[in-house]
Amino acid sequence: MTINTLAKGGCHREQMACFRKMEKVIVAMQDPDMGMKMRNQRLLITVIPHAMTGHDIIAWLTHKYRISEEESLHLGNMLVKYGYIYPLKEPRCLVLRPDESPYRFQTPYFWTSTRWPASELDYAIYLAKKNIRKQGELMEYEKERYSLLHKRINHTWDFVVMQAREQLRASKQRRKADRIVLECQEQAYWLINRPPPGVNNVLDTGLERPNNFSCRVTLNSDYYKREIEACRKALGRNRVKSSICLEGFLKYSEQYLNHDPIMQGCLPSNPWISDDTAHWTMNAEIVPVPTRLRVERWSFSFMELLNDAMGRREFMTYLEKEFSAENLYFWQACEDIRHGESSKIVEKVEDIYKNFLAPGAARWVNIDSKTMDKTLEGIKRPHRFVMDDAQMHIYFLMKKDSYPRYLKSDLYKNMLAKAIVPQETKKSVFPFMRRQRHSSPSPAQTATQAAEEEGLAKGAGANSAAGSHF
Amino acid sequence: MKKNKITLTNNITCFLSNSFLVKMKTSLKYMRSPPTPEMATQEVPLNETLAHLKTESETLKSKLEEERAKLHDVELHQVAEKVEGLGQFVMKTRRTLKGHGNKVLCMDWCKDKRRIVSSSQDGKVIVWDAFTTNKEHAVTMPCTWVMACAYAPSGCAVACGGLDNKCSVYPLSLDKNENLAAKKKSVAMHTNYLSACSFTNSDMQILTSSGDGTCALWDVESGQLLQSFHGHAADVLCLDLAPSETGNTFVSGGCDKKANVWDMRSGQCIQSFETHESDINSVRYYPSGDAFASGSDDATCRLYDLRADREVAIYSKDSIIFGVSSVDFSLSGRLLFGGYNDYTINVWDVLKGTRVSILFGHENRVSTLRVSPDGTAFCTGSWDHTLRIWA
Repeated sequence: MTINTLAKGGCHREQMACFRKMEKVIVAMQDPDMGMKMRNQRLLITVIPHAMTGHDIIAWLTHKYRISEEESLHLGNMLVKYGYIYPLKEPRCLVLRPDESPYRFQTPYFWTSTRWPASELDYAIYLAKKNIRKQGELMEYEKERYSLLHKRINHTWDFVVMQAREQLRASKQRRKADRIVLECQEQAYWLINRPPPGVNNVLDTGLERPNNFSCRVTLNSDYYKREIEACRKALGRNRVKSSICLEGFLKYSEQYLNHDPIMQGCLPSNPWISDDTAHWTMNAEIVPVPTRLRVERWSFSFMELLNDAMGRREFMTYLEKEFSAENLYFWQACEDIRHGESSKIVEKVEDIYKNFLAPGAARWVNIDSKTMDKTLEGIKRPHRFVMDDAQMHIYFLMKKDSYPRYLKSDLYKNMLAKAIVPQETKKSVFPFMRRQRHSSPSPAQTATQAAEEEGLAKGAGANSAAGSHF
Repeated sequence: MKKNKITLTNNITCFLSNSFLVKMKTSLKYMRSPPTPEMATQEVPLNETLAHLKTESETLKSKLEEERAKLHDVELHQVAEKVEGLGQFVMKTRRTLKGHGNKVLCMDWCKDKRRIVSSSQDGKVIVWDAFTTNKEHAVTMPCTWVMACAYAPSGCAVACGGLDNKCSVYPLSLDKNENLAAKKKSVAMHTNYLSACSFTNSDMQILTSSGDGTCALWDVESGQLLQSFHGHAADVLCLDLAPSETGNTFVSGGCDKKANVWDMRSGQCIQSFETHESDINSVRYYPSGDAFASGSDDATCRLYDLRADREVAIYSKDSIIFGVSSVDFSLSGRLLFGGYNDYTINVWDVLKGTRVSILFGHENRVSTLRVSPDGTAFCTGSWDHTLRIWA
C-alpha cells in the first residue's frame, strides 16, 4: 500500500509480514531433509562451504511450489533482493542468475527484519572499516556518505573508528574463508539497507505516517455503540443460501462470456492488439447499425438496455408506440435530479410535478396512490431523493411489463436481425508493419465545441461562459 | 581483559572485549532518541463501560459469523466443477506510457475506452490517449503523493487529490495556452490524506475516502458535503460504486481490515466483512453488483457475496508472498486481475479459484490496476514510473 502506518515499535506492519513469509521459505530451503542440497563452492583459490548455484535455487522453488521456472526465477530474485540469499560472484549485484553462479544464505544476524531499522552508527562503523582496510576501497557514493556521517555524528567518531579497528583486528584472526563470508554477508546487508544511488530501494514502503492508526479514529463508546447496532441489524438480515448465490456467478459468466474481449477476443479485432480502431467505431454510442452482440446484450437485463444510449432510444420508440413513453421520460427526469447539480433540484422537482404528477399533466404517470401521496407530500420540501419511491415504482413497472414485451416485439427482433456481425480481421500480410495509430477527438473537445455552438446561437457578442477562451 | 565470545553467525564468532561491549551499549543508548510520548504510554486503562461495550461488540461479531456460516452449504469451486477450465492465457504489454517522473500511484479510464488519467508521487496528473500514447493534458498539483484520481463520466474533467487532504476537480480545456490549474475547483475537504475518489453517475457528485477514517459524498458545484460515512476504525484506502439498478450503494476497504458496504442516501453501513488479515488496499464490485472482490496486504484476494452475506472465495497461493495493491474484474467477471507489490500481475479464475497466469513486466510495485470500460484491455500503473496497457 502506498501509505504505511508504523505500528508500535516502529516496524512497518506490511513489511514485517512479508519478511516473515520470506523467512519461512528460507527456513524450508535449509531443511535438512526437504531443503536444498548445498556444496562447497570454489571462489578463486578459497573454498566456501554451504553454497548453492542459482540453478539449484530455481529448481528447488519450481519443485516446491509447482510453478514455472520463470516464476521461480522471479521469486528467487525477490529473496536475493531482500537479502536472504546473496551472490558470491559479483556480490554488488543482487540478482539471481539462472546458472552455476554461487549463492549463499544470509545469516539471520544480518536479516533486515532482525536489525530493524539499520542504524547510522553501524553504517558508520562499516564504512570506517572499509576505509581503514584498504585505502580507497570506498565507492564514490560511499565516500560521500562517509563524510556526511562524519559531520553528523562527529561526537562519537572516536568510538566509530575504535570499533572499526577492533572488528578488523578480530576478523584477521579468522580463517580466510570465514572472513570472506562475513565480508560478503555484511556487504549484502548494507547494499539493501543503504542502497547505492540509482538502485531501487526495496525497503521503500511509500509514504510513512508515524501515528498509531487507532489515533485517527477514536475508539470510544460511540464507536462501539455503532458497531453493536450494526451487528444487531446484520444478525436480523435475510441471507440467501450459498448454493443459490454461487450459481448466479456461473450463469453471469456464461452469459457474458462472448462479450468479454479478454476471454473471447472481439470483432473485428482488439484495437490494442491490431492498432485498428474499427471495433470502437462500430460500437460508438450512436451508430446507424449496431452490432449483434450489442443488441443481444439489451436482452440480458433491463439495466443493460437503459445503460446503452441506442438501446434506450429504441426502447423509447417502442414505448411511444405503446403510449407509455411518459414512464421513461419520468424515470430520466428523476435520474437527472438524483445525479444533477444541487442548485437545480428545486427547479427540476417543480418541472417534474408540472409535467408528470399534477392532475391533467401532459405526461401524467400512473403511480399507486400511496406512493403518489407520499411524493406529493415530499415535494413541499424538495430534496435530492424526494422522487426515489415514485422513480422506483415506475422503473419496476417498465421492467416487469414493457421490457419483456419489447424483447418479444418486432421492433427488437428486426433490430437484432439487421445487426451486423463484423468480420474478423485477417492477420496482415506484413505482420511487422505497424498500422498508424490514429488519434480521436477528445470528449472535452466535443463538449467545448457543442457549448461554443450553443453560445454562438444564443447571440453574438454576449460573453457566454462556456467556450470562451481565457 | 575478559573477552566475550559472541556468536554472530552460523560459523563465525567475533571476539569483543567487555569494556567495548559496555561502551557500545551506552553509546547506543545515547544514540537512540528519547522515547516520544506515544511510545512511552502504556495502554490507558479502559473505563468499565468502554470495556463492556468492546466485549459486547466482539461477542456479537462472532455470533454474526456463526449465523453467516449456517447457510453456507457449498463452496464456489465445487459449484464451478462443471464449468470448463480456461485454456492457455496470453496477455502482453501493448503500450507503455512513459512520462511520469516518479511513482505512479493511481489511474482511471475515460468512458471513451482509450483515454486515461494517471497521478504520481511528484504531484503530476497526466491525461493520456493511451491508444496513441500521446499526453493530452498535464497538471501539477500543489502537493506531492497524489494518491487518487478519477475521470469524469462526461470526459470533460478529472478529479484528484492526496496529501493536500482535498479532492479537486480540473475541467479539461483544449486551449494549449490555458493553465488547467487556473480553473481548479476544490470540492472535498478531509482532515487527512485523500486515498481514493470517484465520480458517481454524473460529473456533479464525487465520492471520496480518506486517511481520516471516513468516506464522504460531495456536490461538485457547491463543494457541499452531502453525506459522510463513519464506521471504519482506521484509514480508508479504497472504494468502489455499485453497478446496481437502484444505484445507491458503494463499498470501502481500510486499514482496519474491514470492507463496508454503505447506503449513499442514509450514510448507514449496511454490511460489513472482516476476514482479511491485513489492510485492504483495493475493492471492486463484480459486474453484476451481487458481490465484490478485495485485495489486501495479506497477499490474498477475496470474494464476498452480498446476498449470502459472507466471504465465498479466497485467491491465494504459497508462492505469492507480497501484498495485493489493486484488483479488477474482466467484463464477464470470470477473471480477476491483481496487481501485486512484487511487481507482478496474477490472473485468477474467479469461479474455480485457481491462478490462470502470472504477468511480468513492471520493474517495481504495481500500484494500480483497472480494466477498460469495454473490457478490451487493462491498465497498470507502477512505482517504476510507467503505465502499461495489457491485452
